Amino acid sequence: MDNIAGHKSGLTWAVHLSVLFLVLLWIFPTVGLFVSSFRTSDQISSTGWWKALFPTEQNSVYRAPSASDQIEQGGVFVIEGNVFEGSATGDIAHWGVSSREIDAYAPGETADLGEDGRLTLNADGSFRLENTEAFTGSRGQRIFVTATTPPEFTLANYEFMLFDPRNSEGMTKAFFSTLTVTIPSTIIPILIAAFAAYALAWMEFPGRALLIACVVGLLVVPLQLALIPLLKFHNNIGIGKGYLGVWFAHTGFGLPLAIYLLRNYMAGLPRDIIENAKVDGATDFQIFVKIILPLSFPALASFAIFQFLWTWNDLLVAMVFLIDSSGETTVMTRQIVEMLGTRGGDWEILATAAFISMAVPILVFFAMQRYLVRGLLAGSVK
Amino acid sequence: MNPALQGLVTIIIGVGGCVGYFYLSNYLLDRLLMPARVIGEAEAGRRRRLGQIFLLAVPALLILVALLMSDARFTAPWLFWLAVGAAVVFGLWRLTDFMFATGELSAGHNISRANMVRPWLFLAPAMIALGLYLTYPVFETLRLSLIARDGSIGFDNYAFMFGEQKFREALGNNMFWLIVVPAMSTAFGLVVAQLTDRLSWGNIAKMLIFMPMAISMVGASVIWKLVYESRPVDVEQIGVLNAIWVAMGGEPQHWLQLAPWNNLFLMAVLIWIQTGFAMVILSAALRGIPEETVEAAIVDGAGPFQIFFKIKVPQIMSTIVVVWTTITLTVLKVFDIVFAMTNGQWGTQVLANYMYDKMFRANDWGVGSAAAMIIMLLVTPILVWNVRNARKEMR
Repeated sequence: MDNIAGHKSGLTWAVHLSVLFLVLLWIFPTVGLFVSSFRTSDQISSTGWWKALFPTEQNSVYRAPSASDQIEQGGVFVIEGNVFEGSATGDIAHWGVSSREIDAYAPGETADLGEDGRLTLNADGSFRLENTEAFTGSRGQRIFVTATTPPEFTLANYEFMLFDPRNSEGMTKAFFSTLTVTIPSTIIPILIAAFAAYALAWMEFPGRALLIACVVGLLVVPLQLALIPLLKFHNNIGIGKGYLGVWFAHTGFGLPLAIYLLRNYMAGLPRDIIENAKVDGATDFQIFVKIILPLSFPALASFAIFQFLWTWNDLLVAMVFLIDSSGETTVMTRQIVEMLGTRGGDWEILATAAFISMAVPILVFFAMQRYLVRGLLAGSVK
Repeated sequence: MNPALQGLVTIIIGVGGCVGYFYLSNYLLDRLLMPARVIGEAEAGRRRRLGQIFLLAVPALLILVALLMSDARFTAPWLFWLAVGAAVVFGLWRLTDFMFATGELSAGHNISRANMVRPWLFLAPAMIALGLYLTYPVFETLRLSLIARDGSIGFDNYAFMFGEQKFREALGNNMFWLIVVPAMSTAFGLVVAQLTDRLSWGNIAKMLIFMPMAISMVGASVIWKLVYESRPVDVEQIGVLNAIWVAMGGEPQHWLQLAPWNNLFLMAVLIWIQTGFAMVILSAALRGIPEETVEAAIVDGAGPFQIFFKIKVPQIMSTIVVVWTTITLTVLKVFDIVFAMTNGQWGTQVLANYMYDKMFRANDWGVGSAAAMIIMLLVTPILVWNVRNARKEMR
C-alpha cells in the first residue's frame, strides 16, 4: 500500500524484521513450555529450556579403575575403560588430568603422567592408561573431561501423565471429563439458537426488535452474576453439581452469542430464496430445515468452534457447577491449577499437563481457523 | 452411569428433544390447531371448547394444585408465584380466545393465526433458557446482595465490602487492568495488522500471533509462570525473564511477588492472548479502507507514518472502539489468570477473584453477590452502548 507506483519503501526491511521479532516474542513462551515437556526433571532444573535445543558442554570428573583392574599385555600394564561408562553419550571437547588444567588435552592426544604412565583419551570417551611397570595404589587416576552432549528429548513425561496407571495425577480421566463437558455443551445451544435466530431474522411479529436488543444486552452480562442463583436453582431442582448442571449452564451462557451470530448471518441470506420457497408452499419449518440450516453452515461452524474452545478452556463454570468434593469429575483446567499449587516447581509435570490440555484446542484452531476468524468478525458488536 | 455414556444420552435427548419439540409443535399448529382450510361454525365451536380445555383449563388446574400443595402458603414468595400463575392463566386465556375465534373461519384466517403463533414456538426454548440462566440471575443476585448476614435488608454488604482493604485493592487493580490491557492489546493488534498487511508471509505471522486465542487462560498461566520462574542466585535461572535480567547484571527476582509490578506481569498474559483478537478484527478493517484515500495521500506526498496515523487510523476508529470495548469486557471478567498464578496474593486481587473468594471460600453469598453487582455495574455502560448501536443499525 505504501509502495504503489513502483516506489519501494526503504522501510520494507524494517517491517520484515519487526514482524519477525513480534512473532518470535509471541511464540517464545509457548515454545518454552513445549520444549520443557520433552525434558527430564533434571534437565529442566539444571539449564534453561533455550539451551536444550543446542548441544551443551558439561564438565565432569571421572576416576579411572584402580590398580586391581589392570591387565598385562605383552609386557605393558593397561587399564581401559570409558569415561561415560555407557550411560550418557556425547563427544569429548577437551580433557585434563589435573583440576588446575582441565582443558590441557584434545581428544586423541596422549598425556604423559611421568612414572604413572601414559593416558590416551578418545573423543568417544574410551581411554587407555598404560605403563611399563605395574600400577599400584587403590585409587585410580582422575580424569577431568569436558563433554558436549547433543540435545536430548524424551516422551517419558507424556507416558507418565497419560498412560501410567499408578500416577494418581494422570490426565486421562480429566481429559475425558473435559470431553464429556464439551460436546453436549456445544451441540445443544446451536440447535436451540438456530431456531430462535431464524424467527428473529425472517419472521414478522410484534416485539422482535425488543427481543434482538435483549439478546445484544445479554451478550455482555458477566456470567459471574449467574453463579449463585443458578447453583441454588440446581440444588433446588435436585441436579446439584454434576454434568447435567454444567451442560445447562454452558448452554444458557452460550446462547446469546449463538443467537446473535446466527441471526446476523441468516438475516443476510438472499430474500428471494426464502420467498420462492414460501410461494411453492413450503412451511416455515421446511424452509428452516431444508434451506436455512444448510446455507448457514459457516455461521454454525463459527459458533461451534467458539463454544468448543470456550467450554474446553473454561475453569470457572466447571468449578462452580461440576466439580464436587469427591473430585471424580475434575476437568483438566482445574487439575492443572491444583498442580500449580502442589507441584509448583515440577515443570516437567506442569508443562506436560498443560500441553495435553492445549493439544485439542490448538488442533481445532489450526484446522478451522477460517471459521474462527469469520465468527470473530461477525460476533464483535459493530 | 458412565459419564461418557451419560453425555451421549444427553446429546441424544437434547438434540432429539429439540428437533422433536420443533417438529411436533409445528405439526400440531399446522395440522390440528390451525389447518389451512375453511372451518364451519359448528366445528369452530367444538375446536374452541377443546382448545380451551387443553390450553387453558389443564395448565390452570396444574398451577392451582401446585400453589395449594406448597408448604409455604401466604408467604411473600408464595404470593409472588400466585401472581405469576395468575398472569400465566390470563395469558393463556387471551391466547385461546385469540386462536379459536367463533363463527365460520376462512383458510386465510387460520394461516395468518398460525403464523402469528409460530415465531413464539421457535423462540420458546431460547427464551426460557435465556430468562432462567441470564436474566433471572441478575435480579436474584441483586436481591441476595441486599440481604446481610444477619438477615436485615439494606446496603450492609456493600458497606462492608468498601470497608475491606482487599476489595479496594481489587477495585484499584481492575481499573489498572482496564487501562493497560485494552490499550496494549489494541495497540499491538493494530501494529501487527498494519505491518503484516502486505507481507508475503503475513498470514503465517498472523496465525502464530493469533494462536494464543486457542489456549486456555490456565494453560497461558502455566506458560507464563515458566517465563517468570525464579531460582536462587547461585543456581542457573530457568525462567527467561530472570535469565535476561541476570545476564544484564541484576539479582534474580520473584516477579509475581513484586508489588505493584506483578500486576503488569499478570496483564502481560492477557495482552498476549487478546492481541490476536484485536489483530484479526483490525486487519479486516484495514483491508476495508478504500484504496483511493491512501493513493490520494501518497500523491499528496504523505509518508508511511502520516498515511497510517492520519488516513488509516481515523477511518477504522469505530472498529478500534469495538475492539477496545470487547477487550474491556474480557478484562472485567478476568479470573482464571489471577486465580491460577497468584490467587490474589501480593496485591494482585481483582474483582472476579475477590467475588469467587467470598462466594465459595468464605461462603458469604451476600458480599459475593455485592461484588458481582459491582462487575455488572461496570459492564452496564457498555451494555447500554451496545444495545443502542444495535438498534440504530437495525433501522
